[in-house]
Amino acid sequence: MLRVEANTQLGAFSLELAVDVAAGRCLALAGPSGAGKSTVLRIAAGLVRPDRGLVRCAEHTWLDTERDVHLLPEKRSCGYVFQDYALWPHLRVWQNVAYPMREGSRRERRARARALLERFGVLRLADARPATLSGGERQRVALARALARRPAALLLDEPLSALDARTRASATRELASVMQDLEVPVLLVTHDFAEAAQLGDEVGIVDGGSIVQQGSASDLAARPRSAFVADFTGAVVLTGTARPGPDGSSLIDLDGGGTVTSTDPGEGRVAVSVYPWEIAVARGAPADDSARNRIPAQVLSVTTIGGRVRLGLAAGQPLQAEVTTAAVRELDLRPGGQVTAVWKAAATRIVTGT
Amino acid sequence: MIRRGWFPALITVALAGALLFLTLPVAAVFLETSPAALADSLSDPVAQEALWLSLKTTTIALAIIVLAGTPAAYLLATRRFRGRSAIVTLIELPLVLPPAVAGIALLAAVGPAGLLGQSIEDAGVELALATAGVVVALTFVASPFYIRQAEAAFGALDQAWLDASRTSGASEARTFLRIAVPAATPGLLAGGALALGRALGEFGATLIFAGSFQGITQTVPLAIYDRFATDFDGALALSAVLVVVSAAILLAVKLVRGPDGLGVAAR
Repeated sequence: MLRVEANTQLGAFSLELAVDVAAGRCLALAGPSGAGKSTVLRIAAGLVRPDRGLVRCAEHTWLDTERDVHLLPEKRSCGYVFQDYALWPHLRVWQNVAYPMREGSRRERRARARALLERFGVLRLADARPATLSGGERQRVALARALARRPAALLLDEPLSALDARTRASATRELASVMQDLEVPVLLVTHDFAEAAQLGDEVGIVDGGSIVQQGSASDLAARPRSAFVADFTGAVVLTGTARPGPDGSSLIDLDGGGTVTSTDPGEGRVAVSVYPWEIAVARGAPADDSARNRIPAQVLSVTTIGGRVRLGLAAGQPLQAEVTTAAVRELDLRPGGQVTAVWKAAATRIVTGT
Repeated sequence: MIRRGWFPALITVALAGALLFLTLPVAAVFLETSPAALADSLSDPVAQEALWLSLKTTTIALAIIVLAGTPAAYLLATRRFRGRSAIVTLIELPLVLPPAVAGIALLAAVGPAGLLGQSIEDAGVELALATAGVVVALTFVASPFYIRQAEAAFGALDQAWLDASRTSGASEARTFLRIAVPAATPGLLAGGALALGRALGEFGATLIFAGSFQGITQTVPLAIYDRFATDFDGALALSAVLVVVSAAILLAVKLVRGPDGLGVAAR
């Protein structure tokens, strides 16, 4: 169990949050850069001292400003993976991994370091210098080093952001499987919601120094409580003015034209969210149906991502729709074409009343 | 036909002029010394004493500079505190101080009649007109070269390397010894070479503070000065030795720091 409470001034805003991570679980803090995510890790590790705060790991208190307890970083049993991995360039790979080990002779530490490297599939690099390693190899060595002292907690700062897109997918899967076997709490920060969703048992969205919403990734995506969370999780966010509609639903007159229906209640200035994969496109005007929203739009871009196609649409406010390649062929979708964007009222979430 | 223009010609001529002007005197030192005269002058006991004294005093001064300067430079590079830039400026002051002024200042501070003269005498240490005084003068003029360079070398380290050492269970002292110093070694060596070069050539401060007594305070530059009027060949021979040593130091810095070695070192 790792508990971090922090309350401290951080440049223009103040960091104010508390997190709990159970042993064997991973909490992913996700948010834009500059939101204060990394500072949480630095406070947990003792590299930054907050104005007020508490850090507890298992039964040990690492920081308690009330009682004037402040353990030095080296006295806190945590493994830390830094954003750019921070491997020491003058030491060989195995020496990097053996550095945190204190017990045993040099020979024993070397054997243990090599065993860890083998576990991460990079034993062949044991005698190499970090400068000769690829990004993915560095990430594994950094992880091996962070686990070398059998830490009571693992802190990961953007562990995958230094990797190129191709390496990242496999590295994410590997990291997830490594974390499966860990029996310590893991606190991870990332600016990428998809990464947080893949690695975190739970995700906390951080903005402006506090956690604006926390829950399972699917819960955050399905029920974002603010336009910020909706946008961060990848939804299309539209603004407008809501008025009551039939059967407890509401009608939202969008800024820039068009009216959509949401099954959520709302009134006044609101933001509504809908996920791109909920939006379908049709040629012409489909049959009238009050359960569906219809917005005429012009196709701006057609981008294939994996087996799906993402459409950039120009309407009163910009929209993105995700459709199948078959739909693109059938409807002959190309930039400049006129379509109607269609989605269910039930998929239209009112996320804020502003 | 390609018109080259006058500007490329101008800068080429400027470089040729500078090169000739800077290398001709150094070349002359060797051209004017016959190998026989060189060997002859170097077997002179006075010259040998001066060489031995220079070697001894610069080695001791460099040891003091490195032992005290490395931790001091680390503090300056890793901490931000009020008055830091004032301290850096004060440390750099001897760099721009005329050597004669440095000698007078040392006399005023730690000379027999100086500020701390009495306490130093009470402690049983003799500085003025003594070999220890030469070490003090060399340390005074050469240490800023090392501290400045060492601070730059530590400052260029990735802060995350130091943080990673702390979160790996190493104290700050261990981090300094095992991570910071080894990772900054090329820069520290360059700083040491610069300080060594400066100490080896030290003349004015030593002459004023410690005097020029053969075997006690007469280092090679002082011995050259002592004999150039009466024994020009002997002065040339000693100069040749200093040129060789200085060139070796320069080469060592270049090898440690790569082709831009001194460019970085002189920053």
